Amino acid sequence: MPASLLWAVDVHGRVYSLSSAGQQWELGRDAPMEFKRVTAAQQCCWSLGCDSSIYLNVFASDLPVRYKEETYENQRWNPVDGFSERLLPSDRWQWSDVTGLQQQPLHSFQLPSSSWEWEGDWYVDENFEGEPTEKEGWTYSIDFPSTYTKDKKWNSCVRRRRWIRYRRYKAMDTWAKIPSQPMSLPDPFSDISCGGWEISEEPGDRLSLWVVSLQGKVWFREGICHHNPEGSSWEEVPLPGEVVQISCGPGDLVWAVLWEGKLIVREGITRDCPRGLSWAVVECPSPEVGAIHVSVGNGVVWAVTKDNKVWFRRGVNSHNPCGSGWISMVGEMIMISVGLHDQVWAIGCEDRAVYFRQGVTSSELSGKTWRAISAPRDGERCLCCGCFKHVMTICLCSTALDVFSLGMCKPSLWSPLKDVPSVTPAVLEEEVIPADGEEIQLCAEEALLSTESRGGPQWSNVDLEEAQTGAVLDLAETCSLSSVTTFTLTLEDGAEEHPMWAWVSGEGCSVDSSSQLNWFTVTQSVQSMSLSISPAQTAAWRRQIFEQLSERSRREMDDFKHYEQAIEQSVWVKKGAMQWWRDWKPHKWIDVQFAFEQFSGPDGNKDGILFIYYNYNEEKKYLHAFINEVTILVPVLNDSKHTFAIYTDERTKQRWPIRVAAATELEMYDWLALLSVSCCESRGIQGPPSKQAIWSITCKGDIFVSEPSPALEAVPYPTPCDQMFWRQVGGHLRMGECNSAGIVWGIGYDHTAWVYTGGYGGGFFQGLASSTDNIYTQTDVKSVYIYENQRWNPVSGYTSRGLPTDRYMWSNASGLRECTKTGTRPPSPHWTWISDWAVDYSVSGGTDREGWQYAADFPASFHGYKTMKDFVRRRRWARKCKLTTTGPWQEIPPIPLIDVTVLPCGAQSSVDTIPLWAISSKGDVLCRLGVSAKTPAGSSWLHVGTDQPFKSISIGAAGQVWAIARDGSAFHRGSVSPQNPAGDCWYHIPSPAKQKLKQVSVGRTSICTVDENGNLWYRQGVTPSYPQGSSWDHVSNNVRKVSMGPLDQIWIIADKVQGSQSLSCGTVCHRLGVQPVDPKGQQWDYGIGGGWDHITVRGNAMEPPRIGLLSQKDTAPPTSSSPLPIGIAEPNGTAVC
Amino acid sequence: MADDKDVLRDVWFGRIPTCFTLNPDEVTEREAEPYYLLLPRVSYLPLVTDKVKKHFLKVMRTEDVEEMWFEHEGTPLKWHYPIGVLFDFHASNTVLPWSITVHFKNFPDVDLLHCPTNSMVEAHFMSSIKEADALKHKSQVVNDMQKKDHKQLWMGLQNDKFDQFWAMNRKLMEYPTEEGGFRYIPFRIYQTTNDRPFIQRLFRPVSTEGNPHTLFDLLKEMCPDALTKDGEEKRFQVVIHGIEPLLETPLQWLSEHLSHPDNFLHICIIPAPTD
Repeated sequence: MPASLLWAVDVHGRVYSLSSAGQQWELGRDAPMEFKRVTAAQQCCWSLGCDSSIYLNVFASDLPVRYKEETYENQRWNPVDGFSERLLPSDRWQWSDVTGLQQQPLHSFQLPSSSWEWEGDWYVDENFEGEPTEKEGWTYSIDFPSTYTKDKKWNSCVRRRRWIRYRRYKAMDTWAKIPSQPMSLPDPFSDISCGGWEISEEPGDRLSLWVVSLQGKVWFREGICHHNPEGSSWEEVPLPGEVVQISCGPGDLVWAVLWEGKLIVREGITRDCPRGLSWAVVECPSPEVGAIHVSVGNGVVWAVTKDNKVWFRRGVNSHNPCGSGWISMVGEMIMISVGLHDQVWAIGCEDRAVYFRQGVTSSELSGKTWRAISAPRDGERCLCCGCFKHVMTICLCSTALDVFSLGMCKPSLWSPLKDVPSVTPAVLEEEVIPADGEEIQLCAEEALLSTESRGGPQWSNVDLEEAQTGAVLDLAETCSLSSVTTFTLTLEDGAEEHPMWAWVSGEGCSVDSSSQLNWFTVTQSVQSMSLSISPAQTAAWRRQIFEQLSERSRREMDDFKHYEQAIEQSVWVKKGAMQWWRDWKPHKWIDVQFAFEQFSGPDGNKDGILFIYYNYNEEKKYLHAFINEVTILVPVLNDSKHTFAIYTDERTKQRWPIRVAAATELEMYDWLALLSVSCCESRGIQGPPSKQAIWSITCKGDIFVSEPSPALEAVPYPTPCDQMFWRQVGGHLRMGECNSAGIVWGIGYDHTAWVYTGGYGGGFFQGLASSTDNIYTQTDVKSVYIYENQRWNPVSGYTSRGLPTDRYMWSNASGLRECTKTGTRPPSPHWTWISDWAVDYSVSGGTDREGWQYAADFPASFHGYKTMKDFVRRRRWARKCKLTTTGPWQEIPPIPLIDVTVLPCGAQSSVDTIPLWAISSKGDVLCRLGVSAKTPAGSSWLHVGTDQPFKSISIGAAGQVWAIARDGSAFHRGSVSPQNPAGDCWYHIPSPAKQKLKQVSVGRTSICTVDENGNLWYRQGVTPSYPQGSSWDHVSNNVRKVSMGPLDQIWIIADKVQGSQSLSCGTVCHRLGVQPVDPKGQQWDYGIGGGWDHITVRGNAMEPPRIGLLSQKDTAPPTSSSPLPIGIAEPNGTAVC
Repeated sequence: MADDKDVLRDVWFGRIPTCFTLNPDEVTEREAEPYYLLLPRVSYLPLVTDKVKKHFLKVMRTEDVEEMWFEHEGTPLKWHYPIGVLFDFHASNTVLPWSITVHFKNFPDVDLLHCPTNSMVEAHFMSSIKEADALKHKSQVVNDMQKKDHKQLWMGLQNDKFDQFWAMNRKLMEYPTEEGGFRYIPFRIYQTTNDRPFIQRLFRPVSTEGNPHTLFDLLKEMCPDALTKDGEEKRFQVVIHGIEPLLETPLQWLSEHLSHPDNFLHICIIPAPTD
């Protein structure tokens, strides 16, 4: 999880942020004034200033916020002037929008606010549906409105062209005031809350902002989205009463508190209607006291009543936003903030400290205990007493005045807000009384009274309750300790030393119960802590141990190697009961005895044999496999069985692995870990993958690597592909790309970018099969889809009653399997649901407003609107699930990616920068700066402008950049060089006739693409002087993906490969016979497969031996030319250092 | 840099070259040759001395043979301490190979426990593991294991199978990340200056302030005399597995990587060599 920020405002109105990776509060120095409240999202933070204006701080990102303005210039032909601006009276405007209905001359476009700037001037678009147009960009037609073509014909009477101009949001990382609308907003704001980004499919794309005015009205900000961060206008939301405070969760939950202490819940919030439809009233937890504050998350609601008691609402979700009942929680708070993952922060009523709720998990949403965040504030020590007082005076006046003005308009406001001054009663009396009138004095007295009446002992109450709930004695101990110290601190040190907080916002803070937070150490320990983890010192003690251990071996063992060993090595056997998918028909699972015998081979390498003992016609039989012949172990986890597949080269040819199932998941992983280690040992492989390694990824997201031998690319006798040995690396990815400098980047299903850390193991490889360093938590999120199918009948219209021959009314995409909302489970036990079922509108072909797609009959092609001929309809439901695992991967926040590519060759030195390009999930082309073998993550993104979104990109060994646009055409980037890493312009390359390209890969000189119909194309005629090439040559069909290596090797993922026993889809294939004279090769060699989704051979720059005869040595480990982390296991495992 | 996992391997495969000689007082039929053997540091004497016994029995009459025991320079060697601990504590600054005298008579009942069979060693070893887990995880991990898992630990040690042992032992070395370590560190400190066999008390891996405890913190609390004071010459060596880790080494790390298979961190405090 990347670092994200927790925001808070202290009682003086200063805004601080605390990073989830940091240890101290950072002061927001550029704030133009004091703030009352903040509300944060992950990409920005909104705040309410003491001037009651709204401010927005958009966090800087490598990806600029830019908006494309466009307008059309229209012309008509007349016999005198030819094409001219003179149009017919019935025609559209001379400058108009795409429909022609709106007049849009160039000068009518204004920047929306002072936070925007123009990127450049207007220019003509010379691209038309993936094809380049004539120089001036005109497209022709018979008449308006009609279809346009890029060629002028005899009957072309009108023409138009598109003008484009980009504007860019410039007010990044600074507080920019949202311009107020003089007419609509008579009274100032008093509360603010943002959220709602999860309503749409693409997170972070849109935002809901709700504000409350001093008169108790609620306003909704319309039109906030990625390219319009400020939103466009305020819309008033009708209310059943007067609101004091509002809270909007990341999804569709919005709750507000009314003056009288009741709560209201917004209903009917959907993707189409983020403002919702109506309010429902919920009784406050204790009616006599009334609520003063509420905060909502994804599926939780927390509230605070006027007596500062904390309440948790049970049973809240999208379908039941009101929930079912209140539960009283421990602690006394003045406000609460629910953040991402339903984590909770609060401000203590007594000490004004920020508390974090520990132990909040999806199964225990109410958490376990409150823990005070004791991170020091930035500059806390240098703040001398005098200036501290000074600041305090000023700010207090502003808060006090603010409170005062509130009091004027509504006396009842006192009770919810009285605790604002109550935190510093002593100072308040001194400083404020001379400043203003009676009301404030009254307030101060009241506050004093209230603090007196509440005593210290309340904290011990808290502890008692905690101790009862938490059975673990330890927890109670630490918890009472910490709260006691907090309490004494408050008593002795008083107000000045202790940070006093007024508001906290965790909506943008992405932590969860498993996050490691450094927020809880006391001030003085921060220093010693940071000392003890300084790299130099850790290295010292660790280095000492490593050195001394090898010195010990030298001293105690080197001279005595001829001594006899005390313990003789013997065969080690592990046995277990398993199930086996039997080889003969009818295939089914049968109970077998599974045994693994490990022994030391004659060469010292460990080896082993796997036995499967089964009964066949009452007769005992067995099947065996030598460990050194196993080529891969593939976990196949589904919700009913814990199985894995064992392949040998023979089994790969058959497309029929040995499939076994363990009784429990744990047992399966024990076996897998043991067998994987044994397989590696028998082949003398240990440690991390080499830089040459070939990486592949299955459709389940499991990652495998194979160490190539030089003979793999030998001509004419290469190592057969099915003999490649693959071992699993921890983590979960959708795709990955590498190069021969050892740089590996991956992209998850949720488009998160990951960089390989150089470790190995993780996931179920624990202990010995995993490196200690470089293993991190990795998460991934994907959606599971099911379809709701309906048939039309003349009586009741569309119903869920189908014909007897129809598909299931709830089904998978093909309709062949029944998938109900309740019956559908996550893909494997590793995935857990993180959202509810929701209609998915982002289906290809489009949908109507309710998400339906129509067709004449099942199965047919569906479209997004209803016609007379349609009798069936379907809609797709999506539910998100999340996987948490570990692996040698580190996240590269914050831009989500869909494709990435690294220059395949290694650089001369470890600090040379290596070009790396990527495509963001929005289709922006990005160029990573600062990537080198030493810093594989690089430093920042450079945005490369395009006129349309892209979907695939690849950079060749000579720096040739090729990309595929969403419209299926190819582009070549000109003038990319080390001096000009982003190149200068795109050259459009038309796609093969009637085909839309989807993926490109560039090797040393060869360029291959795959189109949407599975055809593999080779670019013909590419020369250094003419890098665009001349034409596309068809190579093969049934291709899903291609990866070109630095030696122009061609590897693909193929669909439909026939084995001797079964057919497999998603198979790794290698093109044989690829040579400089025949770059397209001769034929395919089939490797591991059935369920493979991705391969990258871009790290394998190992030149094959010149003579084919050497291929006999194909099983030998890579020669010394490769920088080997691969070692040969020591005989008998004797430690020799 | 090498990986922490390599430490486990180095610790496991530590060997002490040993020369066994028969006590001259034993009655033999002919002169007994000394016997040379590489003893695993992490094992126990009864597990690795079958060959020694066989060797010396060849020259002895059966009626002269009682329970075998070992002695180094007059000190009987306790079989229930790991071999590495015995060596570090009694013989670390002597010349290699380690010279051990083998006795078959006059069993010193005061100093040593009897060890009729290897099942005694197994019982002792397993009870140490259980005791250590009681300290580390309130016995939760070891109780969750099945009988065969316990057997795997023991067989791993007995047959010197690193992978077999660690496949199971890693579970005993896990802890919740948010707690920063075990509940208590299972350790034993052996001192030459103390009458008690060893010090073993409760000690947490992390201080109440949340800082990781180091070897220094442990020694300061358990045996402050062993620490060298400012300006003073080093009087004692703190030896674990034959090496002297820096005192700032985190205790939790030591417990995870330098514990013996019985899951205890055995620390020997021995006088520093004077020369």
